[in-house]
Amino acid sequence: MDRFETQTYDVLVVGAGGAGLRAAIEAAEQGVSVAVVCKSLLGKAHTVMAEGGVAAALATTDARDSWKVHFRDTMRGGKLLNDWRMAQLLAVEAPARVRELEAWGALFDRTPDGRILQRNFGGHQYPRLAHVGDRTGLEMIRTLQDKTVQAPRIDVLMESTVARLLTGDGRITGALAYRRETGRFLLLRTKAAVLATGGIGRAYKINSNSWEYTGDGHALAYDAGADLIGMEFVQFHPTGMVWPLSVRGILVTEGVRGEGGVLKNSRGERFMFRYIPEMFRRDFADTEEEADRWVAEVVAGRKAEARRPPELLTRDVVARAITQEVREGRGSPHGGAFLDIASRRKPEEIRKKLPSMYQQFLELADVDITREPMEVGPTTHYMMGGVKVDPETQAATVPGLFAAGEVAGGLHGANRLGGNSLSDLLVFGRRAGLGAATYARAVTSEPRVDAGRVDAIAAELLAPFERRAGESPYAVQDALQDMMGTYVGIARSADDLQGALAGIEQLRARAARAGVDGNRQYNPGWHTALDLRNLLTVSEAVTRAALARRESRGAHTRVEYPDSDPQLGRVNVVVRREGDAMTVREEPIPPVPDELRQILEGKD
Amino acid sequence: METVLRIFRGDGTTGAFRDYTVPLHEGMVVLDAVHWVQAHQASDLACRWNCKAGRCGSCSAEVNGKPRLMCMTRMDHFPPGEAITLAPMKAFPVMKDLVCDVSWNYGVNKRVPAFQPRPPEPDGTWRMQQVDIDRVQEFRKCIECFLCQDVCHVLRDHDRKDRFAGPRFLVRLAGLEMHPLDVASRTAHLKEEAGIGFCNITKCCTEVCPESIHITDNAIIPLKERVVDDFYDPLRRLWRRLRGTS
Repeated sequence: MDRFETQTYDVLVVGAGGAGLRAAIEAAEQGVSVAVVCKSLLGKAHTVMAEGGVAAALATTDARDSWKVHFRDTMRGGKLLNDWRMAQLLAVEAPARVRELEAWGALFDRTPDGRILQRNFGGHQYPRLAHVGDRTGLEMIRTLQDKTVQAPRIDVLMESTVARLLTGDGRITGALAYRRETGRFLLLRTKAAVLATGGIGRAYKINSNSWEYTGDGHALAYDAGADLIGMEFVQFHPTGMVWPLSVRGILVTEGVRGEGGVLKNSRGERFMFRYIPEMFRRDFADTEEEADRWVAEVVAGRKAEARRPPELLTRDVVARAITQEVREGRGSPHGGAFLDIASRRKPEEIRKKLPSMYQQFLELADVDITREPMEVGPTTHYMMGGVKVDPETQAATVPGLFAAGEVAGGLHGANRLGGNSLSDLLVFGRRAGLGAATYARAVTSEPRVDAGRVDAIAAELLAPFERRAGESPYAVQDALQDMMGTYVGIARSADDLQGALAGIEQLRARAARAGVDGNRQYNPGWHTALDLRNLLTVSEAVTRAALARRESRGAHTRVEYPDSDPQLGRVNVVVRREGDAMTVREEPIPPVPDELRQILEGKD
Repeated sequence: METVLRIFRGDGTTGAFRDYTVPLHEGMVVLDAVHWVQAHQASDLACRWNCKAGRCGSCSAEVNGKPRLMCMTRMDHFPPGEAITLAPMKAFPVMKDLVCDVSWNYGVNKRVPAFQPRPPEPDGTWRMQQVDIDRVQEFRKCIECFLCQDVCHVLRDHDRKDRFAGPRFLVRLAGLEMHPLDVASRTAHLKEEAGIGFCNITKCCTEVCPESIHITDNAIIPLKERVVDDFYDPLRRLWRRLRGTS
């Protein structure tokens, strides 16, 4: 251990997406020393991929909007399984967080009177997403990145991976990381750690996520003994690219539908009218005429009086609808649906409002979206489940551990609304930074780490080099992705889930035999071998939680239990490590207080 | 159908091009081919990537000698049957294979004078017209792929990283200078620290920009004009002398 590069901080932030950077900025402003450790270069985190916008009830585009409506939309979108306090904080604080970005230099698209323009999105009753064309995430991350590098007291350790958290006396004392560039270990002593590592999409073959999304934070927290909740809720975004093969899964922003795009099957039918759930029936148009009137009103910049088109139903509903159309033989040639904006908006409007989509389809699929429809289908996109946190401070159940953004659970319940992830990053990134700094200041002893434990972890991390003849780690990851897509995808059955558990055990054995070539210097094969551990942990957690939830709700569909069960609507499925075993139990979710219940029932 | 990728393998001191035969499929991009090589022939082949959709600017390399994003370069862009050469960006030190050390850029960014907004309106917000921000939004499209830095001869051939910030950071400075809310002046920084005078507007940066930012015309030339106005305009110089300010 003594030969490792060692650094000491008050707060260690793992991940440099929106949540990590916002947490770091806040912690540093509290006067503590901060390190941000990230797997890629700064500014490349997955936030950069966010397209549609950041949801905040600014009410600049439609004055009828307010935090209460945002709260209600978020809870209803999450099928009321959300942590109500987190949903409330999100709705109340998001506007201030967006304005703060503007004060730091971000430039959102404007209304004619010069205020922040807001866009319509699935599940949001009013236009609510502040945006920059279809590259909102880039605007956010660049703004936060520039703020971070000029802040005092923040060190950014790029291209470094945290392999394990270290604990002492039941609290966080540090982390062992490795620098990807050199392969050398980096021992970080810290009083508090904020996990901001994003999601788990790389556990599935068809996904919209980068290589980084291997469930690191989920697995680090689990290993450290923290509770994970809602792991059965994996969001399948309804519109990923389906063709050509090399781009399968890449995201097509919901903004296409927000700008008036419609979904059609191979018979040319706008099938979404047939899939409006009872809960939303009174809020959505039931004829094409009314849906088209809504688009006309929105395009003209008028306040929409018509009800919204059913293409803007929540993602879980739209993803299931496309899957069913395909299953019943009405899919597009490559097994998806047609998403048509070309016949709805003028070519120059499409290029202005959806420039990245235009480029992406033209260059990668030879499709000109101003002239022809896109082929789209569901893609693994987002993890609703994650580390159980205190809504006010984002503290996990292990002292000194905090989590924010996608890796934290609770806020989105059974389904996340588009646009809520970006506000999540800002609102709860800031709260986590504040919570961690406050905690760190109260810790008076210097963080101590167990040298024997550190050496043992280091040896484990280097083991793949001793198995040069072993199987390729890429092949193991590939097999896991195939299996999760097949058995733990959109529609789940007990048999499939049991099969997946057996499969995970076999893959774990294969992972233990996987070997790598070359040396420790910038070796992606080695990195992949190490990522397998996290992927297997989160895959098991998703599968076990999915088995435990014997109902269908939001993003989680059990074929044997097609309906929601009111009893299960009051509990979270909690996953925790006990020794070497993964345990699953149910835990009641805090009941919604009366004054907020009034809002949910539309009486406010 | 298959083709040969000729990939640089090595580090900062030694290295050579090695051939890998990869199968082709419809719509395949260069980054897919690199991933195939990693999974089947060289698990330790180093390359950066993230989004695979041209948004993050990680997978920059020189494909047949031209700076490009590997994720946005289709294999069918090249004549069939001819080997495709992949090399790391030349303007930066090679770390390993296709990965180079771009840390210098992060150091340059750190020294850029920060955004300084004018006070907000009484309601605490700012009003801005879309036409006024369109210009700046062009600069803010930059994905920091550093291809413009790679192709710029001041950095690539003359290695003047000690004096010149490069097109990427002139774009960043333009984004701040032309920001409708910003009140700071960065002309002294542009002249001295960023070395804008080193740019002799050959427009190579504009040509390789995957975001089609008009780097030279819209960012660098207007900034050069601001520097000239502030430091070389004879009337202003006289005015400054009369007022006793330098």
